[in-house]
Amino acid sequence: MREADEIDDTDRAIIDHLQGGFPICERPYAQAASELGIGEEELLRRLQGMLDRRVLTRFGPLFQVERMGGAFVLAAMSVPAADWQRVVEVVNAFPEVAHNYRRESERDCRFNMWFVLATETADGIGRAVQAIEEASGLPVLTLPKLREYFVEMKLAVRG
Amino acid sequence: MNADIDGTDRRLVLATQGGLPLVARPYHQLADRLDIPAEEVMARLSRLLANGVIRRIGAVPNHYAIGYTANGMSVWDVPDERIDELGATVGRLDFVTHCYYRPRRLPHWPYNLFAMVHGVSRAEVRAKVAVIAELVGSASPHDVLFSTGILKKTGLRIGR
Repeated sequence: MREADEIDDTDRAIIDHLQGGFPICERPYAQAASELGIGEEELLRRLQGMLDRRVLTRFGPLFQVERMGGAFVLAAMSVPAADWQRVVEVVNAFPEVAHNYRRESERDCRFNMWFVLATETADGIGRAVQAIEEASGLPVLTLPKLREYFVEMKLAVRG
Repeated sequence: MNADIDGTDRRLVLATQGGLPLVARPYHQLADRLDIPAEEVMARLSRLLANGVIRRIGAVPNHYAIGYTANGMSVWDVPDERIDELGATVGRLDFVTHCYYRPRRLPHWPYNLFAMVHGVSRAEVRAKVAVIAELVGSASPHDVLFSTGILKKTGLRIGR
């Protein structure tokens, strides 16, 4: 995993400036670059470099699949340590799994694998959950969001 | 498929879910690929942004790589009748990046309020969780689940 010291001040400014609000116009990179005081080619080169180094996981539109008639659902599993690698491979192989994180509790929570299912239709979630349970042999806890509270979506670069 | 989305919108989602082309005229390149005018690509993206199908267009940083090496999902068991009030209050904190009301799944899962907290260290995350605890009331049972590894982070992939 790369650390913050592998990005320079210009990279930081790009990340801070471009977490949202990327222009929709003929030359959007040129417009964004001029706001940052750099050239279009430099911005394109730096974005590609940060994607290659995995400083950025993506550059582009972030979709709210619920607004397209689909669903995003948080799910958790309690995976025994001895079975960990097998279950990671089983779960990650599903295209419906958008993110997957290993987590450890401050207390005694036994759920150690947390993933988000994203499907194009709402009933796709149930099918994906059933398929993951069958393939892994472990039960899946689903925690759909009942309500989302407003948050400011940006994180300033640290370190 | 939602009424807000037609077949061309869906093709636009498929063409951009992996990222926007890193070329000088990205919307024109998408237009060529989809065989529609560039003006239509831009008009459709603007509409999808306005109606919330697109949350935002921009960079998605890897939290670890930009210095947030500690990521804690704080989970709280709060009274259902106070969930919206507390959710709005906690979501407003500048260090909370996601805040949701989710169902309890008793007996396995007793928590109904989720607030994601990022920091440069676990100590910083714990200090922020303590701020939430003051707002929520220290009587509310809670836990913090720290991320110890990103196993996958591709985002939405439909149509495969």
